[in-house]
Amino acid sequence: MANYWNKEIECMSREDMKKLQDERLVAQVKHVYENVPYYKNLMDEKGVTPDDIKSTDDLHKLPFLTKADLREAYPYGLLAKPLSECVRIQSTSGTTGKRVVAFYTQHDVDLWEDCCARAITAVGGTNEDVCQVAYGYGLFTGGPGLNGGSHKVGCLTLPMSSGNTERQIQFMTDLGATILCCTPSYAAYIGETLKEMGISPDDLKLKAGIFGAEPWTEEMRREIEKSLGIKAYDIYGLTETSGPGVAFECEAQTGMHINEDHFFAEIIDPDTGEVLPEGSKGELVFTSLTKEAFPLLRYRTRDICVLTREKCSCGRTLVKMCKPMGRSDDMLIIRGVNVFPSQIETVLIEQGYAPNYLIEVDRRNNTDTLDINVELTEEQFSDTVKGIQEKEYELAQAIKTILGINPKVHLVSPKSIARSEGKAVRVVDKRKLHD
Amino acid sequence: MLIKQISIFVENKPGRLSAVTKLLSDNGIDIRALSVADTKDFGILRLIVNNPTKACEVLKEADCTVSLTNVIAIGIHDKPGGLSAAMDCLYSANISVEYMYAFISKSEDQAYVILRVENNDKAVEALKENDFTILKAEEVYDM
Ligand SMILES: [Zn+2]
Repeated sequence: MANYWNKEIECMSREDMKKLQDERLVAQVKHVYENVPYYKNLMDEKGVTPDDIKSTDDLHKLPFLTKADLREAYPYGLLAKPLSECVRIQSTSGTTGKRVVAFYTQHDVDLWEDCCARAITAVGGTNEDVCQVAYGYGLFTGGPGLNGGSHKVGCLTLPMSSGNTERQIQFMTDLGATILCCTPSYAAYIGETLKEMGISPDDLKLKAGIFGAEPWTEEMRREIEKSLGIKAYDIYGLTETSGPGVAFECEAQTGMHINEDHFFAEIIDPDTGEVLPEGSKGELVFTSLTKEAFPLLRYRTRDICVLTREKCSCGRTLVKMCKPMGRSDDMLIIRGVNVFPSQIETVLIEQGYAPNYLIEVDRRNNTDTLDINVELTEEQFSDTVKGIQEKEYELAQAIKTILGINPKVHLVSPKSIARSEGKAVRVVDKRKLHD
Repeated sequence: MLIKQISIFVENKPGRLSAVTKLLSDNGIDIRALSVADTKDFGILRLIVNNPTKACEVLKEADCTVSLTNVIAIGIHDKPGGLSAAMDCLYSANISVEYMYAFISKSEDQAYVILRVENNDKAVEALKENDFTILKAEEVYDM
């Protein structure tokens, strides 16, 4: 039997849901127009006023927001509430320019935690459960989001944060954790460590896992389920929209139900911006219907996705999204960190290298690896091995400062990195992240 | 006094070293001495040739990463204890050696050592004071 956190919403008829969304959208557009001059300007430029938005059918009239807008408006430009009413920020990693800082009122924190509570309940979580949260805590949304959801459900919450795997396993066994929340690659790593330690999944009480914040495949799902003896569920979200819990997987494990009473989803053509009919593959766009402090309207996620309203066996009527099938930009997610090749390019130029490089991303022993091949210039060449290794080290450190993750830099001969006509191939992603 | 050594960056890929040596011989450049320092990813090929300026041009045209470095060449048969005596001499003068390699001339039964040090002038002075034979650049190029 399916469990619901909020059956009324999760199983609401399409008609009632639309009515709720329409009402919320109209109020939200008014709130944003009156309180966010940045978005008001975008609307004015397009000649749209809040009066033009009478229902979700009019949503397409509104301008999009992109990461570039967030960058330009950083840090307060999209804030819709006075700071005195805000109680929290969360942030993505990365440089100032690419970093997203999202603000929350208490109401916003509550609705976010509520969304996470729905996700935990959907995988069978109740107040009888012991929920181990092994996502990072702090600015990253993973830990705080699931932590809050777990509290709401009434689980005994183990706020482990990520890392220190042996301690994770000790708490998991000693305190009988039943639900594990972390990134899928960390779940796989815990599974391997268990095996090395000679602990069988039968010795654990774990029954379910909620894994998100990075792309993963059905094959990874099967491996994790086997190594941990659990059912593994996906969860979706991004800091821009609140964090994990925007969408969550149910027992059917065939896509993620979007909490569409809070987040209105559209699929658009990434090139033209045109809204595509249901069932089309395109870029996922979210409109926050209820957030107060940081209510993004028509935010382009760059995730390529398909939505479906096919009846789900769990009984939920919430629209479902598939696992993201790729990106409409060149963003990479490496060890849970968002990485744009342009960030690496900027460092290269600053350090006096030519912007000829090849980024190789792979996954070894369930950990993402980042190798960057950079062409050596005559000026950078010294005739000692030590001299070249120092250059590689310096460059790796400079990149680490910007990205927050440690790359391996390889200096290579000039002109040895293939030039392609038109768009250069800068990234080789050897991980199999999409089925 | 100082000899121009050519250093070439070579990636550890099959055929890279032989491509460089072939390019030089095709252009009539003779190699007098050679050493390779390598790591897992790359190596540095160091050459003493009969015509460093021309060799450099040829290599640059072929998109090699090249640098010219001033090095010292000394004869080590003149003195008992040869090489270690030279090392002692530099050590006493507080001059550190980045690297060195030996070579033998075709004509005479004589061994030479190429030295790359942090301070060439100081090293030459110290070696001279201790009566080491320091080869002139032309002597090496025309060997
Ligand atoms: Zn379902």
